[in-house]
Formats: sequence, structure tokens, C-alpha cells
Amino acid sequence: MEDPSRPDRIIPMTTTAMQRATPPPAAASAPHTPHIPATGANRADRIYRGVVTGLALLLPLLLLAQVSELAVNAWPAMRRFGFGFLWHTTWDPVAEVYGAGPLIFGTVVSSLLALAIAVPLALGVAVFLTEFAPRQLRQPVAFLVELLAAVPSVVYGLWGIFVLIPFLRAVVVPPLKSLLGWTPFFSGPYYGSSMLAGGVILAVMIVPYIAAVSREVLLAVPESQREAALGLGATRWEAVWTAVLPYGRSGIIGAVMLGLGRALGETMAVTMLIGNRHDISASLLQPAYTIAAAIANEFSEATTSTYLSALFEVGLLLFVITVTVNAMARILVWRVARGRAVGSRAL
Amino acid sequence: MSGRRLRRRMTSGLMTGAVVTLAGLAVLPLLLIFGYLVAKGATSINLDFFLKTPVPAGQTGGGVAHAIVGSAIVVGLASLIGVPIGIGAGIFLAEYGAGRFGWLVRFVADVMNGTPSIIIGIFAWAFMVKPMGFFSALAGAVALAVILMPLIARTTEEMIKLVPHSLREAALALGYPRWRTSLGVVVRTALTGIVTGALVRVARVAGETAPLLFTALGNLNFSVTLTQPIQALPLQIYVYAQGPFEEWHRLAWASALVLMALVLVLSLLARWATRARYGTR
Repeated sequence: MEDPSRPDRIIPMTTTAMQRATPPPAAASAPHTPHIPATGANRADRIYRGVVTGLALLLPLLLLAQVSELAVNAWPAMRRFGFGFLWHTTWDPVAEVYGAGPLIFGTVVSSLLALAIAVPLALGVAVFLTEFAPRQLRQPVAFLVELLAAVPSVVYGLWGIFVLIPFLRAVVVPPLKSLLGWTPFFSGPYYGSSMLAGGVILAVMIVPYIAAVSREVLLAVPESQREAALGLGATRWEAVWTAVLPYGRSGIIGAVMLGLGRALGETMAVTMLIGNRHDISASLLQPAYTIAAAIANEFSEATTSTYLSALFEVGLLLFVITVTVNAMARILVWRVARGRAVGSRAL
Repeated sequence: MSGRRLRRRMTSGLMTGAVVTLAGLAVLPLLLIFGYLVAKGATSINLDFFLKTPVPAGQTGGGVAHAIVGSAIVVGLASLIGVPIGIGAGIFLAEYGAGRFGWLVRFVADVMNGTPSIIIGIFAWAFMVKPMGFFSALAGAVALAVILMPLIARTTEEMIKLVPHSLREAALALGYPRWRTSLGVVVRTALTGIVTGALVRVARVAGETAPLLFTALGNLNFSVTLTQPIQALPLQIYVYAQGPFEEWHRLAWASALVLMALVLVLSLLARWATRARYGTR
């Protein structure tokens, strides 16, 4: 049922990817809803339209409410700590001094680590599903990947504590340490909860998002692209590499950024695995902290208004970052797969 | 066969192999997670698990009845708020969403779908808990409803757009007013898809923990009062997984298995229901 319309299917072969690029998203959704002239005076029609428009209006209002609530509650901390909040590294509720440096560092590094692991796996799944898999295998594997996105975050956390951490300790860390222990990235003892554990669980969690969206992007690549490459004598891999992937490039970058957005804001599993220490360490084996984890852990014990406000400020920061990343990702994905809720089943 | 051609063939074969390996590796964690859930959780699933409340820490036995009922209440209430609004907004997007405002709503919905759930949690705290002065099941439900709305709006829109235009045109040609065409013909045709899509979303939201941390808060006792803190399965798993007792871990695995089974059954159901109607690729 996915992808009901593949409007690009029968475009002439002479049209290149460059020429075909990017109508604005607004125009993109137009073909779905042809304009049917309203009968004008019909009152019931106007009421119906009014009601659904009102309900739709709730969404932007809700977003505005979110932004304003966060900003209002974060304001005291913003005034008190200024821009230094972003890089200061002291987080001391007793002295009422807060700096978000370690949180921002932990959030960014854990997400990048997750991307480094997840992107090859997710693209592997997407390419496999659209280009190489036998037809009977496509639906079941796509469904499995979808399910991976349906596992609740807290279940990933549970699994991480009792399965992933022992596995890392027994199998992954010893060879890493003996090979790369001399570098700062793998120095120090390994306690279990660490940047590494957090990054790996994040990777597992974002693979389905990236895979689902890139799969739909690749499905939107016109068949003629593949046929042209194969017709010129390319092998199957060469067709994928030279014709399919470049055509879907912006969409795939968008998919990766959607994954990044998820990783940045992911809360429960990371809270349970990353160690929760306000510290900046180059070593992946040491505990770290992320913005989302800090809010989850400390919000209910934030007894002073400054403490609470500082948590709201990091929350606002996380909100702004994820919204920016997501907005950019959406625009990139929409370029390839016009205005559809791409990957909506997984998201 | 020239060496160059052979080399190209080998590259193709190698890369195909690499893609298949990567795809396998990506699906592996799912199998591992399911395996562990069943292996560690299944033995603890019995009548006590569903019917009893926890015993004091350190003792064995007891169940998570309070969390199951709590989850049902919070998620049920969230659906009551979130599903109608989401479906309404979805109908707007599909029927009248071609203009600028439609583009804005669609964009906002997608952005909201990417908002971290912990942010929704502190928003709901500031919006509900702070002014009301106490944690409550109601605040938890509102938090989950905020997550549900944009998700359901987008799935509803997608489902409605699958309805062939000929149906709409036929109804209009027969003199149906626009609202009846929309509700009685178009939405009705897409109803199976809309309902199952909503069910899947609700099942997913039932697994959310972060939005409930500072709203529903959790409760050690059985409670059905909307204005009191209430326990939920994900909150229970979160606390039990990090606790020191073997017994807690056992219950955490079992709760996780129940949660996952719920999501799995609903996903399969949705897949089956929509497949029968629209066929698959």
C-alpha cells in the first residue's frame, strides 16, 4: 500500500536528475487534491470546513505553546548565565552554577557515534530492499525494520543494561582496548555505562528511521534511471552506485538528518546506558551525559527555581536544535519524494 | 572475458554481498531483543502478574496490575483527546490542505513528530502540572495526546489520499454536498486504514516513558483517580530495570514483553487490515 503514486515512473529517458529537481513543497502536494469548486452558499459545507480547519489550526498553536512555555521557563537561567551557559562545564546545584558544556558535548558526540554506526547499516537495508532483495523477501524485511522502530525506548534501555553492556564488556571492549587503548578515545577503565554503550544503543534505535525513509526515497527514483544505466552495460551495483544513489542523494541526506534528529532527542535508553556524569572525556569508555538524559534524571529533583530554569534552558536548546535538524531534513526529503509523509509508518 | 570486465563483475558481486550483510546486521538486534524478551519475560507471565500489585521490595511475587490499569487509563484518555483532533486535522490536510496554510500545518506536524518526547514531557509539566499544582494521570494523558495528534493527522491524510478521485467525483456529480462527500464517501472508504493507523500510533505511544516522568509521575499503589499520580507500564520498567532486586528485573522483562506484544499485535493487525483493502507492492 505504500507509495500509491509514483508519478515519475514514465518520464522520458532524456530527462536528467538535475532538470527534474525540486518543485517547491507547496506545489508538490497539489496534484493530490484537485480543486473542486465549492457550492458557495451551502452552510453545512462551510461549517464542516470550519471545524476541520479549526482542528488543524490546533497543531501550529500547540507548537507555539511549546516554544513559549519553554522560553518563559528558561528565561531566568538565560538572563543569569548568558551565553557562557553553552560552554561552561560546571554543573553544581549546591553552588547554583550551571553550564551545559558537558551536556551539549555528550549529546552531539553520542549522536555522531550513533550515526557512524547506523548509516552504513541503514543504507544497506534500504538498498537491499529496493534493489537486491527477492520480491518475496521485501515485505517481511521491511516489516521487521518497521518493528524495530516500534520497540519502546525503555525496552531498548532494559535490553541495553542486561544484554548490550555485558556483551560490550566481554566481547567488544577487550580487543578495542588492546588495539586502540593507547589512543585517548579508548583510555581508562570500562565500567559498563558509557558513551560507547549509549552510542551503540542509539545506533540500533535510529537504523529503522534512516532505513525506512531512504527506502522510500529509493523507491521514488524512477525506474528509467536504473534501466538507462543497465542498458548502457552497467552491472547491477554500478547501476545503483552511479544512477540510483546519486538521484536520491538529497533525500538520503535528509533521511540521515532525520535519524540525527531522533538520536539527539532520544531519552530513556540513553539515560539508562550512558552513565549520567557531567564530564567531558575524549574516551568513549567513560560515562557521559546528554541533554535529554539530564532532564529525565534531574528534573524531579530540581528544587530551586534556578536549577529548574537551567533544565528548561537545555530543553529549549535541544528543542531548537532538533527542530532545525528536522526541518532541514524534511525539506531535503520532500525534494525527492514530493510532500508525502515519507517513512511515516516507521516514524 | 577481459580482466576489466571480470573486475567489474567481482566488484558488483562483492558490493551486493556487503549490502546483504549490512542489511542482516541491521535486523539482527530486533531478533536478539525479541529473543531476550521471550526468554527472560515469558516465564514470569502468569495470572499474578496481571492481577496483583507489587509486594514490598526484596520479597518475591506480586504483579503489575496497577501499572497495566494505569497505562490503560492514561493511554485511553490520551486517545480520547488526541485521536479526534488528529483525524480532523488529517481530513483538513487531505481535503483543503493544498494552500499555504495546509503546507504550514503539514510542516508543523512533521516538525512536531520529530520533537523529543522528553521535551513534550517538560512542556506538559509547565502547561498542566505547574498551574494545577499536582502530578496527575490527566497531565500524563495530555502529554501523550500532544504526541498523538500530529502523528494521526499525517497518517489520516495519507489514508484519505489513497481513495480514488473517481469516488469523490461520482458523489459530487450525484449532488452530494461537499461535507457529505467527504465524510460519507471519502473518509468512510478510508476508515479501515484511518482506524488501524490510529491504533498503531496509540500502541506506540503506550510505550512512551519520557512524557510521563513529570506528569503521571508513577504510583506504587493501585489508583484510578485522574487527579492523582498514576503508574504506567513503561515507568514501571524504567524503575525496575535500574533497581537492585532480581525480582524487579524479572517483572521488568515481563512488562516489556507485554508492552512489545501489544505493539506487535496491533502492527500486524494494521498491516493485515490495510493490505486486504489496498493490496501491496
